[in-house]
Amino acid sequence: MIGLQHYLTLSAMLFVLSIAGIVINRRNLILLLMCIELMLLSVNFNFIAFSRHLGDDTGQVFVFFILTVAAAEAAIGLAILVVLFRNRRSINVQELNTMKG
Amino acid sequence: MDISAYIFAAPEIVLLVLICVVLIADLFVDHERRMATYWMSMASLGITLWILLATAPESRTLVFSNAYVSDALSQVLKITAVGFVALAFLYSRDYLRANDIHKGEFYVLGLVGLLGMMIMISANSLLIMYLGLETLALSLYALVAIDRNNATAAESAMKYFVLGAIASGALLYGISWVYGVTGTLMFDEIAAAIAADPSLNNLSLWFGLAFLIVGISFKFGAVPFHMWLPDVYQGARTPVTLYIATAPKLAALAFTIRILVDGLGGLQDTWAAMVMVVAVLSLLVGNVVAIAQTNIKRMLGYSTIAHVGFILLAIFVGTDKGYSAALFYTVTYIVAAAGAFGIIILLSRRGYDAELLSDFKGLNARSPWFALLMMFLMFSMAGVPPFIGFFGKLNVIDAALSAGYPGLAVLMVLVSVVGAYYYLRVIWYMYFEKGEDQAVLQASTDTRLVLSLNGLAVLALGIVPGWLWALCTAVFAAL
Repeated sequence: MIGLQHYLTLSAMLFVLSIAGIVINRRNLILLLMCIELMLLSVNFNFIAFSRHLGDDTGQVFVFFILTVAAAEAAIGLAILVVLFRNRRSINVQELNTMKG
Repeated sequence: MDISAYIFAAPEIVLLVLICVVLIADLFVDHERRMATYWMSMASLGITLWILLATAPESRTLVFSNAYVSDALSQVLKITAVGFVALAFLYSRDYLRANDIHKGEFYVLGLVGLLGMMIMISANSLLIMYLGLETLALSLYALVAIDRNNATAAESAMKYFVLGAIASGALLYGISWVYGVTGTLMFDEIAAAIAADPSLNNLSLWFGLAFLIVGISFKFGAVPFHMWLPDVYQGARTPVTLYIATAPKLAALAFTIRILVDGLGGLQDTWAAMVMVVAVLSLLVGNVVAIAQTNIKRMLGYSTIAHVGFILLAIFVGTDKGYSAALFYTVTYIVAAAGAFGIIILLSRRGYDAELLSDFKGLNARSPWFALLMMFLMFSMAGVPPFIGFFGKLNVIDAALSAGYPGLAVLMVLVSVVGAYYYLRVIWYMYFEKGEDQAVLQASTDTRLVLSLNGLAVLALGIVPGWLWALCTAVFAAL
């Protein structure tokens, strides 16, 4: 029988994977944006599992809001990416280092 | 639902309508007449302020199925936020025109950010809090990148975006655990659930709480989640930095107090330890690293981290006196921050930003009046009496002492002494070093007037700090 803890474990694994993706990835900013999306989706997983477990719909409503905000966030992230590429001709994470100290 | 519920959300609703009006009207304004957008935005702020004052609640009122709260705290924070956004627009206007980035989007995004702050300030539910936070954060990401031909601004916007998104993710993960354990998203219901069933105060809830603290620290810019703050302060154009450095701090304060005190007040023993670690690290790192800076915007960024340490320590104390001290400190700090960034903007001109500390050399010879004002502002940030910053620090230290934390009080005094060094260095440069730049300062009359009032305010408030402290105390006594 698959219970609440299985869902929570899967969600935690996805969350850790997305953090690891952000920390380890040193090349491509697009991958970073994908990891951010994965992170939000793992949170959605958590909300749905809890909502089902509690028999309460609020968690599922929250998921719709997260999906909407994630879409807006992706749009702004990609827009900033385009601005960055126009100025730098590169989307390499390692080259984001002009400010230090 | 009762129609009167809408009255308590009227400032936000009206502001949203006015934002749409400004956004559409701006499409029909030529670039040469962009000032019209500025005046429309200022008028929108004026109308919002008037409605805020007209709809002030007599006592704490919950509307929209208890998801929205209107009380003394929200009233004070919203009025202050509207004022500081207006101040940011005024200081920015001439700089934006001189540098060909005078776009309607600056004002529209600034107003949307204000809407996000007001929603955060009035949220009584984790969902509403999250939506307000994202409204604010998404506007700020776009604002940082508003000068699209500037590679540094684009880089700092990207850093801000990525770290901000991680912070939102961590915050949401924490919210999901709090929801899973308590079964609700409303702050008062969370508090009631924990009070009713002490067995809920368990490891699962602490796990969620830890992620909430990570999210809060990120948004405030507290160590060890401060990496974005100096880069954004340095990389963004100065008007945007001014905007980020002032009003959003009020929203962050409301965010912290509503979640930790209103919602999770029952877990104070647990969160106090985490907040204390974050606050002490912020005090130390902020003050020490600021000494090594040569860029004044970056230096003020690190100084912000140190000030955030004071605010968080005041919240850590966990008494009403502590919360009042946090509110007092936040308001007095952003008065000084607005003035300091206003003077940086004043020193800049077309194609030249007064970003380096050395740009302040010899300011006294060029403009004794603004050098004097900058000295007031730096003294206030350093906490020198009789300026208002001194009373901010004094209140926090007093709250810590009366709650029985003498060690923290001593630490705060020591780091203030360290911090005074880099503020005094600015004053040394202005008065005792010769500058190469001899250009005459140019600013319109209204900017000069308001900037002068802002600089004098830190002195005037410092001479009569009693009413502001009484106001901050009354806000928390009313809760």
